[in-house]
Amino acid sequence: MNLLIEADHLTRILPATVPITLVRDVSLTVGEHEFIAITGPSGSGKSSLLYLLGLLDRPTSGTLRIAGQDTSSLNDDALARLRLEMLGFVFQFHFLLPEFTVLENVKLPMRKAGRLSSTEMRGRAASLLEELGLAGHLDKRPDQLSGGQRQRVAVARALANDPSVVLADEPTGSLDSKSSEQVFQILQDLVKKRGKTVIAVTHDMDIAGRVDRRIHLVDGAVVSDERVTQPVA
Amino acid sequence: MRLILELALTHIAGRGRQTVVAILGVALGVGFSIAMAALMQGTEKDFIAQLVDTMPHVQITDERRTARRQPAEDLFSAAQFEGLRPKEDRRGILNPAAAFASLRSWVPGRMAQSLRTQGVVRYAGRDVGVAVIGIEPETEARVSSVAGDFVEGSFDSLRAGGNNIVVGDSLARRIGASTGTTIQVVAPTGQSRGFRIVGLFHTGNNARDEGETYVLLKSAQILSERPNAINDIRLRLDDPEAAPRVARQAEAELGYKAVPWQEANESLLEALVVRNVVMYTVVGAILLVAGFGIFNIISTITHEKARDIAILKSLGFTQGNMRRLFLIEGLALGMAGSLVGWLIGFLLCLALSQVDFKVSGAAIGREMTRLPLFWSPWHYAIASAFALISSGVAGYLPARQAARLNPVDIIRGAT
Ligand SMILES: Nc1ncnc2c1ncn2[C@@H]1O[C@H](COP(=O)(O)OP(=O)(O)O)[C@@H](O)[C@H]1O
Ligand SMILES: [Mg+2]
Repeated sequence: MNLLIEADHLTRILPATVPITLVRDVSLTVGEHEFIAITGPSGSGKSSLLYLLGLLDRPTSGTLRIAGQDTSSLNDDALARLRLEMLGFVFQFHFLLPEFTVLENVKLPMRKAGRLSSTEMRGRAASLLEELGLAGHLDKRPDQLSGGQRQRVAVARALANDPSVVLADEPTGSLDSKSSEQVFQILQDLVKKRGKTVIAVTHDMDIAGRVDRRIHLVDGAVVSDERVTQPVA
Repeated sequence: MRLILELALTHIAGRGRQTVVAILGVALGVGFSIAMAALMQGTEKDFIAQLVDTMPHVQITDERRTARRQPAEDLFSAAQFEGLRPKEDRRGILNPAAAFASLRSWVPGRMAQSLRTQGVVRYAGRDVGVAVIGIEPETEARVSSVAGDFVEGSFDSLRAGGNNIVVGDSLARRIGASTGTTIQVVAPTGQSRGFRIVGLFHTGNNARDEGETYVLLKSAQILSERPNAINDIRLRLDDPEAAPRVARQAEAELGYKAVPWQEANESLLEALVVRNVVMYTVVGAILLVAGFGIFNIISTITHEKARDIAILKSLGFTQGNMRRLFLIEGLALGMAGSLVGWLIGFLLCLALSQVDFKVSGAAIGREMTRLPLFWSPWHYAIASAFALISSGVAGYLPARQAARLNPVDIIRGAT
């Protein structure tokens, strides 16, 4: 099994008069086809760890390999390229561009990657959105959608360039329980049906209880990393 | 990249009123610059055209720039004189017929010779000092702009028989004379003669209308007791720009001082350069101010769109992409402003060209009834170039800031 993420003694210290340690000596590996929840009390460094794994932030020390490639030697543009092709993000807030339609928002990463023709991009974006139950909303603007719908658009956008890993920071944090369940189902399907690896930061113990692997953080450090064998549904 | 352009236009479109203000700022800057440049260059060209039109292109007088070569220098090769000054005594151009003939053989244009002396016009108890210019009517008419400014009579009228004179209308009015009146002209030699006014001219230049009188060359020579003398050869060239070259050659050939119109008006032409420097400084300042408008709007956008920047960067857009995005926004505003500015500039010029006014000749030396405007695509190009540079800088500064923005800071702030 190929390792997608290899973190080796990752530490992130925020320089300040009193330096703040956001992530403390974290080592872990993530393979293909994994569904991982990162849990921990508020302020324990879950988001910070996710930003490091997602190449949005650089560690103060330690090394991080993505698909076998050491990222410490890469410049910002190369990291941007890796994010574009390997990683998809979903945040607590959807972060869709308000002036663009749902379809345009999903096409955005594809256009940046520039691999597909215009019709191919449109087709792919439309089919992603349809699979996420947004068939009738392609030409709407984000503010015409409900919170759950927007979050599903954000998932579609994260999947635009067919990344290996989807990183989600409290993706259901601002949703009601029904929408939360929908989004969780979608994330689960990404792993089960599409073979993606999903790493989700969550407070929701219900969700945390239904993933394959749980990483628990306290004070920026991993205190437990347990694989759970799910009962066959 | 089309995507970046699309994002840029979306951002701009999202700020309707501010966009309009920024574009208008640039447009007004560009428009005024164009109108100002047209007016400045128009007046300059008009002014130079007037100069070229009314002045001889090259004037050769009986002065010398340097002392004559001393006979001893010719005799003894070792002899050398320094510090000699040209003689002050002005005896007229030696051997004028030969000089005139040799010039005629190569000068590309027309020429006239004259004897210019000072004199006093006396009539009805009034004395006015004037220049008495002895001319040959045929050649003078082809060289002097006065020929076209006659209100009554012409240079040819001088040939009418007897002692005739033509004067400016202001002079005639000042002494209370008119055509047909006989006036006394007193030369520095003490010679005094009666001349009948056979023509009046009005050049619009007060100094000339009040201070120049023309008589036949012969009359002037008799009046000043200098038979056959001339002290002034004036050239009117086919190409006024050739004046310095022709003057140099004439001076080398005759040894007399030959002054091209550019030299005669050196200080005026220098003043025009200063004027242009002032103009471009003002234009630059206007467009700099317009640049602040653009800086303002792009800064606002980068702050307001911090989330978008963060999300685009998290999606895989590079710093370079972000820089380009806001730079394009600045340039797009500059470009839109330029285009609108072209229209404003054009309309301003059109409006200015319609302005009709009357300025008395006394104040400016000549009369104007229309603003002279000069149309040049360069004015449009230069104003736009200024605008684009200023908007590019105005866009680049916040763009660089925005590109450096760390997405984590924004995303963390929002969550
Ligand atoms: N820019 C910052 N300045 C000061 N403290 C920060 C900053 N960013 C994060 N922190 C602190 O670092 C800790 C980890 O934050 P975070 O990774 O967001 O935790 P979590 O996502 O688990 O809530 C928190 O205590 C937070 O307050
Ligand atoms: Mg968090």
